[in-house]
Amino acid sequence: MMLDRRTMLAGGVGLSLLGGRAIAAPAASGTRFLLVFLRGAYDAANVIAPTGNAFYHQARPTIALAAPDPANPQAALPLDADWSLHPALRDSMAPLWAARQIAFVPFVGTDDMSRSHFETQDTIEMGQPVQASRRYGSGFMGRLADVLGTDGKRAIAFSDTLPLIMRGGPMIPNLALGGNGKPPIDDAETAMIAAMYRGQRLGGIDLDAAVHAGFSARDTVWHTIEEDMRSSGRGAIAARGFEAAAQRIGLVMRDTYNLAFVDVGGWDTHVNQGGAQGQLAGRVGELGRGLAAYAAALGPEAWRQSVVVVLSEFGRTFRENGNRGTDHGHGSIYWVLGGGVAGGRMVGPQVRLAPETLNQGRDLPVLTDYRALIGGLWQRQYGLNKAQLATIFPGVAPARFDLI
Amino acid sequence: MIGTRVLAAGLVLCASVAHAADAPPRLVMAERLSWGPRGDEPAPTAGDPVAALAVPIDAPLPPAAAQAIAQMRISRQPMAQIVMDMTERRRAIAAMADPDAKAAADKQWQADMADLYREATTRAIVRALYSPAQLGEQLTWFWANHFSVHGQKREIRAMLGGWDDALRSHALGRFRDLLAATVTQPAMLQYLDNDQNAAGHINENYAREIMELHTLGVGSGYSQKDVQELARILTGVGLRLTPDAPRLPPDKAALYIRDGLFEFNPARHDFGDKVLLGQTIHGSGWGEVAQAIRILADAPATRAHVSRKLALFLLGHDPSPALVDAMGAEWQASDGTIVRVVAVVLRSDEFRASLGQGFKDPMHYVLSAVRYAYGGRVIRNADPILNWLRRMDEAPYGRETPDGWPLDAAAWTGPGQMETRFEIAKAIGNGSAGLFKAREPGGADEPAFPQLQNALWFAGFDRTIGAQTRAVLDRAVSSPQWNMLLLASPEFMRR
Repeated sequence: MMLDRRTMLAGGVGLSLLGGRAIAAPAASGTRFLLVFLRGAYDAANVIAPTGNAFYHQARPTIALAAPDPANPQAALPLDADWSLHPALRDSMAPLWAARQIAFVPFVGTDDMSRSHFETQDTIEMGQPVQASRRYGSGFMGRLADVLGTDGKRAIAFSDTLPLIMRGGPMIPNLALGGNGKPPIDDAETAMIAAMYRGQRLGGIDLDAAVHAGFSARDTVWHTIEEDMRSSGRGAIAARGFEAAAQRIGLVMRDTYNLAFVDVGGWDTHVNQGGAQGQLAGRVGELGRGLAAYAAALGPEAWRQSVVVVLSEFGRTFRENGNRGTDHGHGSIYWVLGGGVAGGRMVGPQVRLAPETLNQGRDLPVLTDYRALIGGLWQRQYGLNKAQLATIFPGVAPARFDLI
Repeated sequence: MIGTRVLAAGLVLCASVAHAADAPPRLVMAERLSWGPRGDEPAPTAGDPVAALAVPIDAPLPPAAAQAIAQMRISRQPMAQIVMDMTERRRAIAAMADPDAKAAADKQWQADMADLYREATTRAIVRALYSPAQLGEQLTWFWANHFSVHGQKREIRAMLGGWDDALRSHALGRFRDLLAATVTQPAMLQYLDNDQNAAGHINENYAREIMELHTLGVGSGYSQKDVQELARILTGVGLRLTPDAPRLPPDKAALYIRDGLFEFNPARHDFGDKVLLGQTIHGSGWGEVAQAIRILADAPATRAHVSRKLALFLLGHDPSPALVDAMGAEWQASDGTIVRVVAVVLRSDEFRASLGQGFKDPMHYVLSAVRYAYGGRVIRNADPILNWLRRMDEAPYGRETPDGWPLDAAAWTGPGQMETRFEIAKAIGNGSAGLFKAREPGGADEPAFPQLQNALWFAGFDRTIGAQTRAVLDRAVSSPQWNMLLLASPEFMRR
C-alpha cells in the first residue's frame, strides 16, 4: 500500500495527528524554574570558600584558595567578610553577585547520612523523609508539575534518561541537547509510529503518551534552535559542553518550557582536585559560563521571572585527604540565582567553622534542609498553599529567606 | 525428571502468554534467554530455560568472530603489559621537551587508549552477538553492570580486556570467587580509588561501594564505622604499574603480594585490629582482606540483595519476596553458586508469567535487532553499535556512577528515549549502517541489507505482530521504511 507524503499530509497526518492531541507550542510566559544538579558532590567549600577563617587554610594546606587580594589573580574574590568566590567565576557569577542576582546558601543539605552518592541523590530527588517508607517512583519536581496542573505540563528534563526527580507526576519528556542535526524521522514516519503506539501500555507505563510527548518535545526544541540559528546567523553554537547546552536550555525556556532539570557530572574529586586552577576549577568555570549563557539566552524580561537553583547531593570533607582531594562529606552550599532574586548575600543560618563545629568532626554541618529552602522559594514563586507544599515536600516547613 | 519439568513449563507458558499476541512459546523464551532470536534460526534452540545455563561460557564462536577477536591487541598481549607500556609512554611524553613532538605523541597515545576501549567493548559485543552461551553472556553483562566501572577514568580503558575476562570466567561460578576476583582487578581498584587507600591516608570510596552496591545493599544495617573499618582492611590493596618491586624491610617483604598489576603492599597497610559487622579481624595483612570478602559474600543481606537484583534482571520486574527467599535458600545450599541460584528463577512460575512482558533496555534492543537482521553473519565493525548505545545512554563502561545502569523498564521508556530509539530503528532498518565495513582505512564495505522478512519472520515472528502495527506496516512505501517501522514497533520492544 503506497501512500506518499502529500497524501498523508492532506489526510491530516503530521503532528496534529498524534492521537488528536495537537500540541500548539505553548507561548511561555511568567515564572520559570531550572534546577541544576551537580552529580558527584561538588566541593562547595572550595567554590564558595570561607577564606576569612584560618581553620580553612589549615584544613586544606595544598588546595585552599588564597584570601582575596587584588594583586593576585589566583586569589578568591570577596563576597563578604567570611566568604569568597572561586576565581574561575570572575567573569560569570561575580558580576551577578555585584548585581545582587545570586545568593549562596551555606550549610544546606539533607538528613541522609549514608555519604553515598546514589543513596543521597535519590534522597534529594525523592524529597521524602529518609526515615519513613518512601515512594521510589516519585520525585519532587514531578510532584510540583502535578500541583501546577496545566502549567506543569510545560516541564522537561534535559538529560538522556528521565531522572527520578521528574517522575511520578505528569508525563515529562527528556531530551539531551547534544547534536546539531535535523531529526531524521520525518512527519509521515512520525505519524506512522504514533499510530503503532496508540493505546499501547507496558504494565503501568503509558507508552502511547511517552511516544507522543517525545515527538512533541523534539519538534518544539528543534524549531526553537532552528529559529535561533536562522535569526542570529550562526550556523552552530560555538560553545561546548554545559555552556552550549545551557544556552539552548535558555532559548527553549524563553519560548516553550517553564520547569526544567539538567544535571552536570564530574565533581567527585577524591584525587588532585586542584585549587585556583585544576580539575575543580575547570568544572566550576564551565558551570559559571553555562549559567551566564542561560541568563543571556533568556533575555532580560524572562530572566526577571526566572529562578535557578544549583544543588549537589552533599558537600565534601572539610579537611583535604591524603591525595590532595576531598572525600564524601555532608553539608553543601547551594546557589540561587535569577533576575528577580534578592541576592548579593549569604542566606540562612551559619556557624563559625572550627574543628568542634564540623559534622562528625569532618564535614560542614547541615543547618538548612534543602526541602525547606526550595519549598520556601516555590511557595513565593508559585503562590502555593500549605496543602500543595505538603504534597511536594511532606512534613517540612518552608524556610523564610525572602529570596524572591 | 528434567523431561516432565520442561513439559510442565511448556504448558504453563502457553496459557500465560496467550494474551500477548500469538507468539510461539519458544520464540518468547528465546527473547529472554538470549540477546534476541536470530533471523536465520527458524526454531530458536533456547527451549528449556535451565538447559540454557549448561552451555559453557567459553563455547567456541563462529570462525569469523573468533578470528576478529584473535587479531586484537588485547588478545595478543597480556593486560598487565599493555597497561605498563601505556603508562611508560605517558611518562615519556610528559618528559618531552619539543612541544610539537609532545602534542603528536600525546595524540597518538590518546588514539591508542581509545583503540583499547574499542577493542574490549567490540569483543564483548561480538561475543554477545555470536556466542552459543547466550544466557552466560547476559549474566556476564549483568555482573559487569553490578560491578560497574567507568571506562573513561584514569587508565581504565587499557584494563577493560582483563576486567571482562575476570568477570566472564566467574559469571556462572561462586559469588564469593567473583567478588574476590573484582577486589584484585586493576579496573576496579582505579575506578573506586582503592589504589590511593593507605594507612594514614584513608580513602573510603571502594569500601563504601563494596558494602552498598556489590554485597550487603543500602539500608541493610551496616554503619559508617563498618565502612571505615573495611577501608582500613583494604589499605595497601592497590596497583603497581611498573615491573619492579617496592623496597621493603624483611618483615614486610614476606607479606608482599604481586599478581600482574595488582599488589598488596604491607608498607601501606594498617596492621591494627578491626571489627567488621561485629566480627573481630586481627591485623595480619592480606588475610584480613580474604576474611572480609568471606564475611561480606556470605552475609544474609548479600544473599537477599544480589538475589533480588538477579531476579529483577531475569524477570524484568521486581520479584516476589517468596522467590527471593527461595533463591537465598539455594544460595546457602549451593555455597553461593550462581547457576544454581539463577535456575531457581528460571524454574519459577514468576519467570514463565513474565515472558514477553519485559521491555528491552538499549543493549538488548540493539543486539536483538542485529541478531534478527543478520543472524549468524558476523559483523566486521561494532562502531555503529557502540554509537547507538552511546546515544541511548547505555554505552559499555559508560556509567559514571558505580550503581550501574537501571534494570527497570521505567528507566528506558521516557519520551526522549523512545524518540532516540526510533531514530536508531531507522538507522538499522535503512541499510548495513557500516556494520560490514572494515575499519582499516580504505577497507571494503561488504554489501549487506537487513532482510527482516526472513526465516524467523515466517517461522512465527510475524505472529507476534498485532493488528494495529500490521496496518501501519502495510502502508510502508519502501523496504527500508518497513524495516524501520518493524524495529520501532511496540512488539519489537518487548522481551
